[in-house]
Amino acid sequence: MLANLLPNVEWDMIWAATVETLYMTGVAVVATFILGTILGLLLFLTSKGNLWENRLANMIIAAIVNIFRSIPFIILIILLIPFTKLLVGTILGANAALPALIIGAAPFYARMVEIALREIDKGVIEAAKAMGASTATIIWKVLLPESLPALVSGITVTAIALVGYTAMAGVVGAGGLGNLAYLEGFQRSHNDVTFVATVLVLVIVFVIQFIGDFVTSKIDKR
Amino acid sequence: MCMITLENVTKIYEAASGSITAVDNVSLQIKEGEIFGIIGYSGAGKSSLIRLLNGLEKPTSGKVIVAGRDMANIKGKELRKARQEIGMIFQHFNLLWSRTVHENIAFPLEIAGIPKETRKKRVDELIQLVGLQGREHAYPSQLSGGQKQRVGIARALANNPKVLLCDEATSALDPQTTDSILELLVDINKRLGLTIVLITHEMHVIRKICDRVAVMENGKIVEQGEVLQVFRQPKQEITKRFVQQVVEPEETKETITHLLDKYPNGTVIQLTFVGEAAEQPLIANVVRQFQVDANILQGKISQTHQGAYGVLFVHMDGEKEEVARAIDYIRQQQVAVEVITDAR
Ligand SMILES: Nc1ncnc2c1ncn2[C@@H]1O[C@H](COP(=O)(O)OP(=O)(O)OP(=O)(O)O)[C@@H](O)[C@H]1O
Ligand SMILES: [Mg+2]
Repeated sequence: MLANLLPNVEWDMIWAATVETLYMTGVAVVATFILGTILGLLLFLTSKGNLWENRLANMIIAAIVNIFRSIPFIILIILLIPFTKLLVGTILGANAALPALIIGAAPFYARMVEIALREIDKGVIEAAKAMGASTATIIWKVLLPESLPALVSGITVTAIALVGYTAMAGVVGAGGLGNLAYLEGFQRSHNDVTFVATVLVLVIVFVIQFIGDFVTSKIDKR
Repeated sequence: MCMITLENVTKIYEAASGSITAVDNVSLQIKEGEIFGIIGYSGAGKSSLIRLLNGLEKPTSGKVIVAGRDMANIKGKELRKARQEIGMIFQHFNLLWSRTVHENIAFPLEIAGIPKETRKKRVDELIQLVGLQGREHAYPSQLSGGQKQRVGIARALANNPKVLLCDEATSALDPQTTDSILELLVDINKRLGLTIVLITHEMHVIRKICDRVAVMENGKIVEQGEVLQVFRQPKQEITKRFVQQVVEPEETKETITHLLDKYPNGTVIQLTFVGEAAEQPLIANVVRQFQVDANILQGKISQTHQGAYGVLFVHMDGEKEEVARAIDYIRQQQVAVEVITDAR
């Protein structure tokens, strides 16, 4: 019955593409979380009135973040081809998509981290200082835990954007559901393949949103 | 012995709009174990002053010595160590909402590197001390303002500090909760011999718990002394206004005007008692010794940390000379007298 409705769908191919999408998204999310958090912390700490206040450093980091955040993703992939080739050895396959995915998403997430950190009551940071906390203690025990719900909901939004990015990267040869929908679905006019790929992308997005919302509500004690 | 010494301390902020002198050549000595209050209106520089005491701000010039340490010139590890011996509580409590009561109180102990087992014991002691048994695992969002400040106090005391700094610690609380927090502070001061510096804009707070008070205006200390002494003889205009906050209720002025109309004959006098004088049968003595009638119109006695302080309005009738002699007699009893009728 399913085979009749979806005559061109080869399930093992779909499965392989889904795993690729999940792999690209997963690795990119983890790397984006780490890199974006570091960048966001630097943006926050070097801004006016904060622990490492430094106008020049802040301007430089902000400029980098803004530039990479503004480049359309599809163009970023093309711009990064030489870099990717150097780093991964090829520009095809899931791993080849990772540099562009991470470099595209980390600045986006860094801004969200910065906003989350700015939401923290200055008084709490001051209280920690008054207790004799070092900067490292303030980062690990005040800034990150106090902004955690916002960090999690931010990474949820970023992860969903990354699913979209992997589909775009797929068109350029990175594999995954986007690649499948384009090559097998669009180019060979197999609409059923495009349809199944789309549904799967949607399912992935919904699951990410659900997990993100669940975790955020669990850790938010405000 | 002096726990805190400030010598010619000035703090100037450089802002875009120009420089602001928040603390202006302040010299101050605070003794070990006393409760010292600093009162002033908003913008007087109180917070700036108290923040100098734990090095959250560095003075532009002058010396800040707290518990034998030169707070203006120490940095890094030494400064962090010094801060562990100076507790601080805040108007808005500044608790970490991501931590429970227990974890919030444990935070300064974590900073001090106290091992987990000892930490737990100490937190339990502190929870007892501030009366939060049963709420250990609540989050700050589940507590009332008074309970939050108790957590703040427990947290500030965790590392056995020598000094406790209170920046408007009761300003966000209702009068009843304010009183319970003030009582807790007095209790801690007595039990632990802790030196407490508190800043406020409410004379009520000073009256209730302070031994000495400094009045701050435009960055300067304009008056300081024993609380009772300042209540008895406020010198500066601003101090008089603060004293009035507690001894003269709003409606007094109206009442007095009304009384003057009601008693066109004789004299209405205002008596100000302090300490022991407040407990003598003064009016009875006056009536017995002089040919005058004395009628108490209105009175209020406030209890300060050091003794009673009271204001009494009395209507006196009789021969002019006799009334004058009675007033002289009252003055000799260490009671300040102000004749109201004549001022009208
Ligand atoms: N970081 C700062 N930079 C510039 N100016 C400041 C800074 N902190 C305080 N000031 C200024 O210094 C003056 C004294 O401020 P401070 O906060 O010490 O007053 P305060 O007596 O505590 O007032 P309040 O009762 O409103 O808390 C004010 O004019 C204030 O604007
Ligand atoms: Mg203040």
